[in-house]
Order: sequence, then C-alpha cells, then structure tokens
Amino acid sequence: MTLDFARRVEVALRLNGRDLTTVVSPRTTLLDWLRDDIGLTGAKKGCNEGACGTCTVLVDGHRMNGCLTLVVQCAGRAVTTVEGLAGADGELHPVQRAFASCDAFQCGYCTPGQLLSAVACIAEGHATDDASVREWMSGNICRCSAYPQITAAVLAAAHGQGQR
Amino acid sequence: MRDFAYARAGTAESAVGTLGDAGTSVIAGGTELLNWFRLGIAAADRVVDIGGLDELRGIDRDGDDLRIGALATLNEIGEHPLVTEMAGALASACLQAASAQVRNRATIGGNVLQRTRCPYFRAEEPLPWPCNKRDPGSGCTSLAGRHERQAIFGWTPDCVAVQPSDPAVALAALDARAEVLGPAGPRTIPMREFHLTQREAAVLGEPMRENRLGPDELITGYRLPASTDGQAYIKVRERASYEYALVSAAAAVRLAGARAAGAREQGAAGAREQGAAGAREQRIAAARVALGSVAQRPWRLAGAEAELPGTPLTREALTPVIERAMADAVPLPQNGFKVTMARNAAVRALLAAGGAS
Repeated sequence: MTLDFARRVEVALRLNGRDLTTVVSPRTTLLDWLRDDIGLTGAKKGCNEGACGTCTVLVDGHRMNGCLTLVVQCAGRAVTTVEGLAGADGELHPVQRAFASCDAFQCGYCTPGQLLSAVACIAEGHATDDASVREWMSGNICRCSAYPQITAAVLAAAHGQGQR
Repeated sequence: MRDFAYARAGTAESAVGTLGDAGTSVIAGGTELLNWFRLGIAAADRVVDIGGLDELRGIDRDGDDLRIGALATLNEIGEHPLVTEMAGALASACLQAASAQVRNRATIGGNVLQRTRCPYFRAEEPLPWPCNKRDPGSGCTSLAGRHERQAIFGWTPDCVAVQPSDPAVALAALDARAEVLGPAGPRTIPMREFHLTQREAAVLGEPMRENRLGPDELITGYRLPASTDGQAYIKVRERASYEYALVSAAAAVRLAGARAAGAREQGAAGAREQGAAGAREQRIAAARVALGSVAQRPWRLAGAEAELPGTPLTREALTPVIERAMADAVPLPQNGFKVTMARNAAVRALLAAGGAS
C-alpha cells in the first residue's frame, strides 16, 4: 500500500463560522496561517513551542496551541479565534465582558489566549473554584501576573456574571 | 521549520508501510514533532499523519483489560470514568502532564516517545556544544556542566538524560503492555521494559537507543490488566502546575484484608473501622511502585515490591524499605537531592494509594 505524499495540500475548514478552503505547505502551523495568510493577529506568537499559551485557539471547541497544530491537521474542523468570540453585532462575549469588568489584564498580550482558554475552561466544567481555575488555566502565562483578576473573571463568567 | 511532504494514512498498515524509509516521521498530536523540526532534532522529508485513524481511538473495557487507543489524548484519558476507576494512577499522571491545551493535542501513543528535556539536547541547530544524542561521539556536555535534573540510575558517561513522561511511569507501574504494529504484524511490549537506560542500550550495542520500538513500528494502543488496587501518582516539581517533574512516583497498593473494592473506598472504610485502633494497623498485601525522572526509563522498585507485603502502611515503616530498594542509586555531583526526593515521593505515593493520606 503506498501513500501519496504532497508538498501542497488543500484544506477545507471552518474559521469563525465561515467555511473556507486554503492551500498550504504542510509545515504551515495554524498560528502562522492565521496571522500571515488570513490576517487574524489575535492569536500571538509568544514562544512558538507550546510553553506560553498566547496562541490558544479553539478547534472543534477544544483549546489548543496554534503553534503546535498544523493547518493540515484541521481539515474538516471548526477553528475559533478571539476575533470570532464577539457577536456579529460586535457585542462582547460574556467572558470578554467579565475580563473587562474584573481588570483581568494589564498589557493585554496574553489576553486573546486567556479568553479562549477561559471559554473552554468554563465549557469543560473546570471553572468551579479558585484552585481548579488556576490549575486548568496554567497553560496561559501572564507576564504582568494578572492571575488573581483572571481567576476572578473566569469564575465570574462561569457564574453568569457579565451576562446581559 | 524545514519543508516536508505530507500524506494522511487511511489505515495503520498503510502508515507502517511508509516507515521503512528513515526519512519518514509519524505525526499524531504533533506537540513533540513540530518542536523537534524547529530545533533540528528530527529532519523528516516525509510526514505521515495517523490522526484520522478511528481504529486507533477509543478507551474501552475488553474482557478483564482496559484498552486505550494510541490516539486517545491525555485529557481524554485523564477524565475518562473507566480510567479513573481501573487505572487511577494513569489518569492522575495524564492530568498532571503539560497544560490543558497541550493535553488536548498530545496522544498517549506519542507521549511515551517524547525525548528528554535536557537543555543541552533541546538546543537549536547548529548545536553550540557536544551532545551524543544529537551528534553521536561528540560527548556529553551535561556530565561536566549542569546536571541537577539528570539521572540517578542507569546513566553512562555518554549520556545522563532522563525520560520525562508522566504517563509512562504509571503505565510501567500498572504492568501495561504497548500494542505495536510493524511490517511483520502486531506484537506487544511490556511498558516496564519499553524504555532503555543508557546502560541497557550500551549492552544492546546501540548506546543512543532510547526504547525497544523498532524504527518501522507504530504504537497502536495499550492494554492494562484489571486491578482493584488503590493507586496514586505523585509529581514533585518546581511549580504547582505545567512543569516537568523533578521526580515522580506511581504506586498501586492492595491492603491486607481488603475486599475487591476501589481503593478510595478501602481507605475511607478502613479509616472509619479503625477508630481507636488507628490507621497504623493497616498492612500492605501487595504493592507496585515506579519512579519517574530518575532514569531514562520508569524505574520500578522491584526490591521494595518484594519486601512490602506485610509492611504497615506508615511513613516510618515504608521509608527504610524504599531506601534499601534505592541503595544502588548513583547520583551525579549536583543531583544527590533526587535520591531523597524520589524516596519520599515513593513513600507518599504508597501512602496515598493505600488511602492513608
């Protein structure tokens, strides 16, 4: 049995609710593709080795590091970035509102990754108390050390605060 | 990252069929492979993607065994009710590994094939210093340099690195077998023999070999024998979360007089029944214990396992037993602390597995 190895690969996926088809070199990471090819720069290239979490996006609702994911591995999947969190009318996602009301950032560089990680953390059922949030949000580093506010925001969003 | 050609495998056999070519790598989650490519640790010209193979997915009970497909992610395993019931140490090890994001990508097939975190090994090419793993025959910079996180068992002057996987320690302690597919068909490898110390590899005549998986073989899953032993995985690290282990320990304990019930129930019921007699009356009937991040393989303490039946489940009674089983440790000048730390981790894991803490 032989397989056909290709240096250009067509990939169909859904990005922030929109179906699209792209042709990539197989080595293209989801992070580089989002930033350089699509122009969505919310996901940040902090460490580019899976250590910092600033590139966190959702793939089929699961949070993942965009720098450790190839575009070719996303065929048929739905990718959500921070640009896809707010409603079509621009209304902020409840987690975004909670981050704003809790002052859960300082410089803001890690915030897109924190937001997507928080959305997933809440959906997974892990936003139950301080200790659980800190453990399940440990993949997102904040060099300004806004951890107490981030923890508070995740819990506030989980408990429905920040809802309109 | 260097360019490569890519194909999706339609079957496990078709993936294995491509591995005879040394320039072909397998990708599943990719959390290790992409960083290897970036650093120059691996340089495949072809990558075969097994991520779409449903036959490698799934976590099921099969007769008396727990079977876990190679593509199960660390988060799937860590939170699966069958794993928490039948292999609690493995569930705990999976959830203490990496971060939530990495665990959603990292698979249990690839996890045991991760390579050492030795900073001399993990440098970007061109390598600024000797490393026998990266450039065989060049030497080991860690031995003469920094080595506080390196091995206390099984190392040679050629390499002092440790295997950092958390799940591998639990798999070795729980007598799991890896199911492997090669050109000649399937076979199994006991996980307590899967990895090789540097000394074992030297005896095989392949000093830099790290495990018994053939270059043209693929891990398809794992099989764990049924057990009602209480279990625990203790990870000691410099941060509370998202950090590699300094040392770790996995343990499975059956207490004397225990019925075939879950460990937590044993522990809780034991504590209630003991009352005035106190928990100090609990004795071990059988125990398995393995250390992590002390060698290039999970380190089962066979000597302790032989001595533990009849031993009271107390820190005071367990500590000398573990100490004797670790008497052959050979620490490096900077990592003597690991001997004490690993001993204490093993004692804590046994106590927790027995329900005493």
